[in-house]
Amino acid sequence: MATTSQAPTDTTFAAGGVPQGARPTSHARLALNAFFAILQRDIVVTGRDLIAFLAQVLLQPLFFLFIFGKVLPGIGLTSAGFGALLLPGIVGLTTVMAAMQGVALPMVLDLGFAREIDDRLLAPMPDVLVAVEKVIFATLRGLIAGGVMFPLAVWILGDQYNVRSDRILVLLVMLVLASLVGACIGLFLGTSVRPEQIGLMFSLILTPLLFTGCTYYPWAGLDSLKWFQILTLFNPLTYADEGIRYAMVPPIHGHDITTLGLQWVFLGLGVSIVVFFALGTRTFLRRVVS
Amino acid sequence: MTTPVADESAIEVRDLVKRYAKATFNAVDGVSFSVRRGEIFGLLGPNGAGKTTTIGVLTTRVRPTSGTARLMGIDVTRDPIGVKQHIAVVPQMSNLDQSLKVRDILTFHSAYHSVPRKEREARADALLAELGLAERAKDRVSRYSGGMNQRLMIARALMHSPDVLFLDEPTNNLDPQSRLFLWDRIRELNARGLTILLTTHDMEEADRLCERIAIMDHGKVLVNDTSAELKHLIPGGTTLEVRVFVPELAAVGAPTAADASAGGEQTTTRLLAALRALPGVTKVDELSAETPAAAPPAAGGWGGAPGGGRGSPGGGGPGGPWGGAGGNGGNGGQAREPGVTTFRIYAEDASALVAAANQAVQASGAELRDLHVKRPSLEDVFIYLTGRNLR
Repeated sequence: MATTSQAPTDTTFAAGGVPQGARPTSHARLALNAFFAILQRDIVVTGRDLIAFLAQVLLQPLFFLFIFGKVLPGIGLTSAGFGALLLPGIVGLTTVMAAMQGVALPMVLDLGFAREIDDRLLAPMPDVLVAVEKVIFATLRGLIAGGVMFPLAVWILGDQYNVRSDRILVLLVMLVLASLVGACIGLFLGTSVRPEQIGLMFSLILTPLLFTGCTYYPWAGLDSLKWFQILTLFNPLTYADEGIRYAMVPPIHGHDITTLGLQWVFLGLGVSIVVFFALGTRTFLRRVVS
Repeated sequence: MTTPVADESAIEVRDLVKRYAKATFNAVDGVSFSVRRGEIFGLLGPNGAGKTTTIGVLTTRVRPTSGTARLMGIDVTRDPIGVKQHIAVVPQMSNLDQSLKVRDILTFHSAYHSVPRKEREARADALLAELGLAERAKDRVSRYSGGMNQRLMIARALMHSPDVLFLDEPTNNLDPQSRLFLWDRIRELNARGLTILLTTHDMEEADRLCERIAIMDHGKVLVNDTSAELKHLIPGGTTLEVRVFVPELAAVGAPTAADASAGGEQTTTRLLAALRALPGVTKVDELSAETPAAAPPAAGGWGGAPGGGRGSPGGGGPGGPWGGAGGNGGNGGQAREPGVTTFRIYAEDASALVAAANQAVQASGAELRDLHVKRPSLEDVFIYLTGRNLR
């Protein structure tokens, strides 16, 4: 046992005489360092399993693209131009879903029983930054998944690949916002759902999200199905997909296709990001501080 | 850490109350204690006593309902980031990063704490060696045993050289060998100046490791002192057990031995009176040759199985509520030996009576067979205070 009241010095009582270097003293600096170290950890872990990550997020959309964009038009069941309308939807879906899964699943498991997150919560940073880091990381994940879709789409669709190149900047902004909205929804779901409810989450939340988000059809095309058109406006994916569609689909016979107005797209995405981020961080903080 | 701190306590808890949302009672109910720098302090109590909640408050994971908690002079609610700089936590259950290799767990943890890269690498190697994990540094945690997980969590906790280390049930569910290994490491760390607060429901652990112990129950600290002082709480303190052989009693049962037997009883009575007259004695029990049943057969002596026939508070008379009249069954078999009688002497300081008791035995004409001092365990203290067993 130790002698009492011997104040610990700032040298080494652990790790066999390793000298202790200077560390920042400002809270902001410490928090920033911690934030980037945690982000780096997530990137390193994902980087090691890159193939598994890409397979997880890309396989399903690629099959969709192949069947609906290549096979069905190929056997005459849909018109040849459908691929051009479908691709932006699939890119949007992939981006949103990859980002959402990047937060939701790890968060459910971590808060449920793994508690790996505790080590990060004890890092010298505000708790909320741990959630922000997850959102940023998941956004990067979504962007990578969405980005990889493009070369794969060229490969799958072949001569059906038809994307306009004059709105690249809009496309980039849309992809970032789509990814961010997916990450924020993921944060909310991941902090609200218990591990035993994961199956339920997929069937009750993800499935409707998947099919009411204007992925497989353009929003304007729903004019004759008014009630459903209105319903789709409650799905953030609709705004992401329509925004990406606006940026990608080339003019037909010199006319731009009709999409949801850009101002509505920005509004829809903005509101979704703010609402889900606020809800998500609130539930997150409730789960990590009692 | 280099932050200058004015007050000398590592931990200062005042009137701490925590009531969880929707709970009908306080999980922590007005707890106060302080831990000196460089001390090993134990929170001892059964599950649900409020130990983990108290640690939760001190480690910024639980927001107190009222009261204050300061760590190295920093208020945990006002400046959680400041507190986090100074502490490290080894939780009850493994929360190791399953996606990282063992060494990376250490280096990333220290990166979270702004430890410079060179120092991270050096510390990781040194700690892995120190905790006997160097050969398995490239493994994933999933291949680790429970004991290795625990060691790795300690290594991780030390990566950012904290001032205060929290150990929540550190050796729970570990095999005896791992337990001893961890105890040694914990002592070493403390010897190098680290303040340690550990919770446990293991009496032996608390007794062996902690300089001071706070016994908690139902969210309150019942007592808070050194292990030795806590044991003094029990009226009667230590006991002295004297086993004697009375030749006349050994002859009982022989056809012509009636007189001899009567003489033997006189010897015993005389001795009993002499022992009762010794200074500081509060009570003397005779575990006679004829009535070994005075000792419950299930009880296994002081170190025996918990719950084995120990008295409840006040249950054993003024001499020793913790032992009761027959708490020690270890002599049951020996007492059956013809002519052998055991006396248990309850006294404030029984060890001081060794010589006097020996003299009394010799003066009575009996032969001394055995004489030893028994000390109450922390478990006895706990039972004395709560009327319940710890587990």
